[in-house]
Amino acid sequence: MSGTPDTKTPATPARRGFLGVAAAGLGGVFIAPGIQLMEVAQAATPSAGANPQVRWGMLVDTSKCAEGCSDCVSACNKENGLNPQVSATSAQWIRKIEIKQISTGRTASAPVMCQHCAEPPCVDVCPTGASFKRADGIVLVDRHACIGCRYCMMACPYKARSFVHEELQEQVADVPRGKGCVESCTLCVHRIDQGDKTTACAQACTQGAILFGDLNDASSDIAKRLREVQTTQLRADLKLDPGVRYHGL
Amino acid sequence: MAPARVAFGATPPGGRHQRPGRAGSAASARLGLMWRLLFVLLLGVVGRSALAAEGQRTPVPVIEKATAGTTCVADPATMRRTHMDLLKHQRNDTVRGGVRTGVASLKACINCHASQQTHSVTQGETNFCVSCHSYAAVQIDCFECHSSKPSGAAHTAAVPAVQTVGAK
Repeated sequence: MSGTPDTKTPATPARRGFLGVAAAGLGGVFIAPGIQLMEVAQAATPSAGANPQVRWGMLVDTSKCAEGCSDCVSACNKENGLNPQVSATSAQWIRKIEIKQISTGRTASAPVMCQHCAEPPCVDVCPTGASFKRADGIVLVDRHACIGCRYCMMACPYKARSFVHEELQEQVADVPRGKGCVESCTLCVHRIDQGDKTTACAQACTQGAILFGDLNDASSDIAKRLREVQTTQLRADLKLDPGVRYHGL
Repeated sequence: MAPARVAFGATPPGGRHQRPGRAGSAASARLGLMWRLLFVLLLGVVGRSALAAEGQRTPVPVIEKATAGTTCVADPATMRRTHMDLLKHQRNDTVRGGVRTGVASLKACINCHASQQTHSVTQGETNFCVSCHSYAAVQIDCFECHSSKPSGAAHTAAVPAVQTVGAK
């Protein structure tokens, strides 16, 4: 499977599924009875805890991001079990934004999601402590503590968060979500914690416009790229130090 | 001899605790009938979710067998008493700390305990979680957000249970 975050090949679910089945089958053959096949299939390296040495982040290259393409949005919807039909009340974890510089007419296209700020205002305003930042920089909502007040939605300058208005059914097992809670991009935390090195959107981008990785690791692809090219943080004036950076804006 | 009637709110002679069955006979008969009716109704309700086993008087919850060849993280008596504490402890570790190595994972529970028929722990009356929880009259909130089906099961996008008419 995709070892490097900058892989250009789209996700191949059929192959992933086959590998999973093959691993489970082998486990069944070689391991004594009493061991669950499920454990064997998930025997990748599940996280023993968020690593404080790591800061997960993303680099979006807007020069590669194709106008009108929404592969990342579809991949996010599929990965997290979001309803792809956009309505006034639907949850949107990632949106495609088309921008235009009025004076020159130059246009650019970019996905905008939770920016995973180092100083997240959503965390500052949360009255219950449900909104929090993990040790590895991922900003999440603990739905067990969320009371749905939506202060975080008002505090977020990126409009990254959504509120779930209706009761939900058929959630993805790895992504529990339900009515009355606020939610946003999790940087595919369920994948990262299982040892996966990329997110659904980065994997789905056929243009290779999204690069995911550890900002703190100088040898990572994203850190190297950040050294090479000029990048900007959205609304850098707010000094929130977002973990998502944009090139070519 | 009936005790002397006293004004409303005043303490009757001999303290506040009056013996039952001394009220008017018509009222007590009506009350008794209502209790009996309620009992029959309750029996009907309980009997649906928790069927009495053959030769037993007391209805007990039906406990569906877990997937064959699997072992639980603790013995049944411990699990019955403390599963909620185990789950709550690990949920905080997992959500907040990113610890995915704990044994008391709800997902793992579901993977073993999902019904063979409904592939869920909550859909059918006798499914693993629902069976006991309806018997004990304890509401489970887990499945408002968490999937009640094993991971890897085919799923569609999480759609609202109630679709808004005319939404674009």
